[in-house]
Amino acid sequence: MNPRLVILDVVARPLYVVILLASLVVLLRGHNEPGGGFIAGLVAVSASVLWALAHGPAAAEARLPFRSPLILSAVGVALGAIAGLPALLLGDAFLTHLWGAIPLGFTEIEVSTVLVFDVGVYLCVWGALAGYALSLLEADLEAPAKDSPEARR
Amino acid sequence: MSVWLAASPVLVPLATTLVTALAHRHPRLQRILSLAGIVAFFGTALALVTAVHGGETLVIAFGNWPAPFGIEFRLDRLSASLVLITALMGLACLVFHESDADPGNRHPLLLPQVHGVLAGVAGAFATADLFNLYVWFEVMLIAALGVFAIGGRRDQLDASFKYLTLNLFGTLLLLIGVGAIHAATGHLNYGALAEAVGGLPPALTTLLLAVLGLAFLVKAGAFPLFAWLPASYHTLPGPILALFAGLLTKVGAYAVLRLLGDVFAPPPMVLLEALGWIATATMLIGVLGAAYHWDIRRILAFHIISQIGYILLATALAGEAGNAATLFYTWHHIVVKANLFLIGAIIWRLTGSYDLRRIGGLWQARPWLGVLFAIPALSLIGIPPLSGFWAKYLVLFEAIGQGRIVWTVVALLVSVLTLYSMTKIWLEAFWRPHPEADWTAPRDARLAPAIAATVGLATITLWIGTQPEALIAYARAAAATLGGAAP
Repeated sequence: MNPRLVILDVVARPLYVVILLASLVVLLRGHNEPGGGFIAGLVAVSASVLWALAHGPAAAEARLPFRSPLILSAVGVALGAIAGLPALLLGDAFLTHLWGAIPLGFTEIEVSTVLVFDVGVYLCVWGALAGYALSLLEADLEAPAKDSPEARR
Repeated sequence: MSVWLAASPVLVPLATTLVTALAHRHPRLQRILSLAGIVAFFGTALALVTAVHGGETLVIAFGNWPAPFGIEFRLDRLSASLVLITALMGLACLVFHESDADPGNRHPLLLPQVHGVLAGVAGAFATADLFNLYVWFEVMLIAALGVFAIGGRRDQLDASFKYLTLNLFGTLLLLIGVGAIHAATGHLNYGALAEAVGGLPPALTTLLLAVLGLAFLVKAGAFPLFAWLPASYHTLPGPILALFAGLLTKVGAYAVLRLLGDVFAPPPMVLLEALGWIATATMLIGVLGAAYHWDIRRILAFHIISQIGYILLATALAGEAGNAATLFYTWHHIVVKANLFLIGAIIWRLTGSYDLRRIGGLWQARPWLGVLFAIPALSLIGIPPLSGFWAKYLVLFEAIGQGRIVWTVVALLVSVLTLYSMTKIWLEAFWRPHPEADWTAPRDARLAPAIAATVGLATITLWIGTQPEALIAYARAAAATLGGAAP
């Protein structure tokens, strides 16, 4: 990476948290409104890319859950598959979704296997696309760009 | 229970992909998980065939969305038997991969992606939804591409690029065809399509099926759309090459059979006529291409194309007899073709090259390998009493019965030319002395798993050859329920 950009460096820290929180909002509202796991995953990837631009791809990878894009996306796929299993145990077809509510007295939290599936999509997209983006940034670091001073010399 | 079983063709390999990916930092654990996964897949596939053997169809509608709107897996005898042979090939090739005969680069992501390919293949066999079929083709393409690119050698990247571009052409064509069929009928489910297609003008049906059929022919490697196959296959490690050679093109051939022989049966005559000529050209061009080459892998890759011609010819003959011959030929071909590639990898381990001009002397050093090679090679040519004889007999008997003299003569001629290629491998690799006078076969080769896998497949070839009645009866029963006939 070029000489350290102080402003980017300073701003990246709070922005990383804000973007991830925004992605969680998009993930959860996707239940009934536009949003959902896929889009939320893309938002989360932008946070990882921001971190990679500020501190380098290796640092961004270390910030991912499980510290590995591969494991992150594998866990996502596993969650998606697990979401379909309760239905099989009840004798329904794979991926038949179940809904329920947890009463808390003053309000209720709605839970469903769809949400588990969506979280799976979220993690899978985040892991897979962050993996691509980070390895592309890494390749960019290894080979100096065509118009960089090193290449011209 | 039957719901679990109907979902197993993709659930088991996908679960294996997952656990092997999670274990990518522990090579030993990953290999154990991979072998356990393929054994589990083989077990569920056996259970599947047992369940549908009597004529029932196993159905799962994912998410309980009813057909024609939801996505169904529908396993009849045809699908179940092909899922079983997919699992069998996976088992043979992964066991073979434990030996040191051309295992290639043991990259931590190789095994997850191989199981991903198996999931794609089995999903394509199991699904009863046209768009879902496209999705499984895509899963297969992406996972296979990952396998091609592993290692990153220049020739591997070259092969990956050719494989990707030429297959993307087929994929786009398939997507256009699926979209057009959905626009015309409003359905994607096989059963609903079969009912809806009667209401379409015949010219439109012909056009739609021609687009779809062409897309599947690209995937099957038929003339003149096979360029991707010999351009890429020889860069793969031996056992993976055998797996791909056995299975991938056959998914395209299966899709043609499902399309013309089942969902849209009886198809317009003009399409069957065209398919017959394409099949004839495929047979001939494939075998001529093989005659030109000296690399064992390239010779065998061209023979895949030639044999796809026989399978498509059987599909073009249509009717119950043609469809049964297609299925029987596909079983025989998958086993024999994969086995030839596996034996090729053993030859590489013993002599150090795939190039016939640089090797030789194997008959002196390892006579048993010569016998092992002769079984699938003679079966490929169609010498009785091996499996290839019965497969060719079924196809040619039907071709003569329908008065297709040109197709029959070409098919016989191609058999003779196949004999030429196999004789070439035999003479150069086994009979002729090794070009380096002081060459001796290496003693430290770890070949036990490789021999177990190849002897197993050769035994299956011999078993089909000597006891074909049961399988022919199964193929006829499978064909009898295709094409809207009473289930």
